[in-house]
Amino acid sequence: MNDVMQSLIDIVGERGVSNAAEELWFYSRDPGVLEPHKPDYVVAPKTTEQVQKIVQLANREKIPVVPMGNGMALTGLVIPLKGGIVLDMKRMNKILEVNEKARYAVVEGGTSQGVLKAYLQENYPHLRHSIPDAPSTTTIAANVALHGQGRLTNQYGFNSDMVTGMEIVLPTGEICLIGSPSLGPYWFSKGPTLPDLSGLFLGWLGTTGIITKLGLKLFPNKKIREVEMFVTDKAELVPEIFYKLTHLEILEDVNAWFQPKPLIFKGNFHITIYFTGDAEEEIEFKRRMIWDALQEFIDSKDGGFMNVQYTKDMLLEMPQRGIANFADVPKGGGFEYSGPITIIEHFPQYAAKVIELAKKYDVLYASSARLICGGHCMMFSISFAFNRNNPAMMKRVKEALDEATAFALEMGAVPWKPNFMEQQMTMKKIHPATLKLMQMIKRNLDPQGIMNPGNWEVI
Amino acid sequence: MAYLRNLEHGDIVHRCFRCGYCKFPVDYSDFNCPSYKAFGWDTFAPGGRMWLIRAWLSGEIETSPRFSEIMYSCVACDNCKNQCVFEKFRDFLPDVFQETKVELVNDGLVPPAVRDYFKAIMTSGNPYKLPQARRGDWTSGTGLQKYSAQEYLFYAGCVGSYDEVGQKMAKSVASMLDKAGVSAGVLGEEETCDGNEVRILGEMGLFNELAQANIEKFKTKGVKKIITLDPHALNAFRNDYPKLGARFQVFHYTEIFASLVKKKKIKFKKYPAKITYHDPCYLGRHNQIYKPPREILNAIPCVELIEMRRHGLNAFCCGGGGGNFFTDILGTGEDSAGRVRVREALQTGANIIAVACPICAKMLTDAVKMENLEDKLEVLGIAEIMARTQKK
Repeated sequence: MNDVMQSLIDIVGERGVSNAAEELWFYSRDPGVLEPHKPDYVVAPKTTEQVQKIVQLANREKIPVVPMGNGMALTGLVIPLKGGIVLDMKRMNKILEVNEKARYAVVEGGTSQGVLKAYLQENYPHLRHSIPDAPSTTTIAANVALHGQGRLTNQYGFNSDMVTGMEIVLPTGEICLIGSPSLGPYWFSKGPTLPDLSGLFLGWLGTTGIITKLGLKLFPNKKIREVEMFVTDKAELVPEIFYKLTHLEILEDVNAWFQPKPLIFKGNFHITIYFTGDAEEEIEFKRRMIWDALQEFIDSKDGGFMNVQYTKDMLLEMPQRGIANFADVPKGGGFEYSGPITIIEHFPQYAAKVIELAKKYDVLYASSARLICGGHCMMFSISFAFNRNNPAMMKRVKEALDEATAFALEMGAVPWKPNFMEQQMTMKKIHPATLKLMQMIKRNLDPQGIMNPGNWEVI
Repeated sequence: MAYLRNLEHGDIVHRCFRCGYCKFPVDYSDFNCPSYKAFGWDTFAPGGRMWLIRAWLSGEIETSPRFSEIMYSCVACDNCKNQCVFEKFRDFLPDVFQETKVELVNDGLVPPAVRDYFKAIMTSGNPYKLPQARRGDWTSGTGLQKYSAQEYLFYAGCVGSYDEVGQKMAKSVASMLDKAGVSAGVLGEEETCDGNEVRILGEMGLFNELAQANIEKFKTKGVKKIITLDPHALNAFRNDYPKLGARFQVFHYTEIFASLVKKKKIKFKKYPAKITYHDPCYLGRHNQIYKPPREILNAIPCVELIEMRRHGLNAFCCGGGGGNFFTDILGTGEDSAGRVRVREALQTGANIIAVACPICAKMLTDAVKMENLEDKLEVLGIAEIMARTQKK
């Protein structure tokens, strides 16, 4: 046994570290289309102090460290591009505190979305958090670290905007508190009115530190959730529909989606509109407001509301388990998507591009757009499914996604959770002074370059 | 030389997305896969297992003690089958895991504990390596006679016949059958292993031998109806034996008693107790028998039945399935299934965990001791609880 292995065992115990072929094989890949790369060790810490010791060891030995939640970003962000240690954070999964009146929760860095949802349902049924449609095993810390979105993103912004404090193990091994917890016991603000240091970690994809604790905003969980679905066959009308809907300022979430299969959905753009209330009167009032807002499109015969009686349960599910089903459409266990963040008026161009790419590369698409913070922008998902047993199809999907990202950058969008190649494409386009600032931050925080190397790596 | 492996369902393993829904119950309250809960590596979750099997089939990874440990840590609880989001595909998850174990057996590369289990069954007819002549000792004092054309054969199974906790359960069922006037007999020293665990551990040759011998014996003796103590035996008799030509009606003892309670042929005196019921995987998820044990408990005056958060289809396994009761690959750590389950039971405020499976009974009894909860929780079989409610 080598010294590093023994040192890791000393830190986390024998059951907390593995360099067995099975773990190295599994943790070398994610479910997306990128090539795998093996780590040297997989380590599963249970405490912040263990994370600190691992990072200190990694610094001494100059070993890369790749923090991992459930690995479902699909863009290879947890593939250890330069080997080293994959840090599986999921054993740090305690819910440490819920401050009911201040409406925040404090969780450990490997806590899953599903476990927090269940905990709140049981103990604080009038509170909720912004649940993404990623599988419930995905972790809250990973989701905010890549600026994920969730069911409440239209109302309150990116899920990373909902962070209320962080405990970070810095790349040099110091344990650092961000926001109000750096001054006292309360986790109500990640920055204001201090300088907002959370920006040194959010969006950095694990390249500037490891989130070991996280404060997260909670929101009222209304007694009733409802959904309506508006359908149009005109992509060019979708931005105006979005605009009319967001003007209402009463909606929980708005998604526009389109896909060619099953046939019933082909050629149409489906806008699912979620709203909540504490009384039937409130719900009916909101429903009327929604219908009134879109009446002009009905009058012009450009769209109409679809009956959701039989799909309502599925639509209201959080997370929507059915979304993972897209991976099984080609009976092959995979899909990946590019998700540029862009302005809503570009919806028609992106919609056309998706269909064009699907045809060009002969791949199956499913696309959706989620409004962010009342329509200031949207996440437009360009999603292609593949059969894992068909390398040629996987290659075509990768090429289609590369082209989608290039298109998005040309359109002035910001790539979401970009893979390392998309990061390079982004950094080539980004303003030189911005790039220099990123470089300064990265070099100062991670002088040895050990944190998730290969990602946000300024050349 | 590479060994050519060919699983019957090998053509679907690549379809797993490893999204991880299979790790959870439907409400996501905790991890519901016992091996993932105990080991904490994604490789020990159903998705990880599927991905590793694919790598193993394609030759990317070799058979190794670790690979075998990962495969044999599966407790065959079927939670993944119920939680996976891919319809139809999910029905075959347990088959893929079982077929992999068959290949490991064929390769001769099973963990030592599994090898020893097979050896004990082959040489002694039971996993305890105890004499066949003592298999019927537990019947002493129950009033139950040897089977000779009674309406039912009461089949105790290996755990009910040899394990102390299992014997207590078997005795109480036998006594209640006798008390209710059910015409039933036992095979005693003629009884042999049902083979359910042998099959799930992948030794199909041995399983077929055990099953065919049992079928032949039951036929010769004119058995038409069987009552099992152990849901594992019920599973083999009900689902696997018919494929080998068996034509018997098979019941779990809770089904028989629930029916008798409904017909008012069994009556209870008051029994003030808070009880939580633990669904055995082989009774619940594998055979959809959820109601009868609850109907019995609910019929007892003054019993307050309190459900654990994870119950019914979402129940958390005791950790004893898939042969782990005998091989103990999951171990007894803090996150081992039995210990997690008794902590969950404690949260209900109940003072009795009712069980309907001798394996669950033993696993949870041991877990109660390990958690130092003996003064707070008692593990009792349904029939043991029924026996306490009978007038002396």
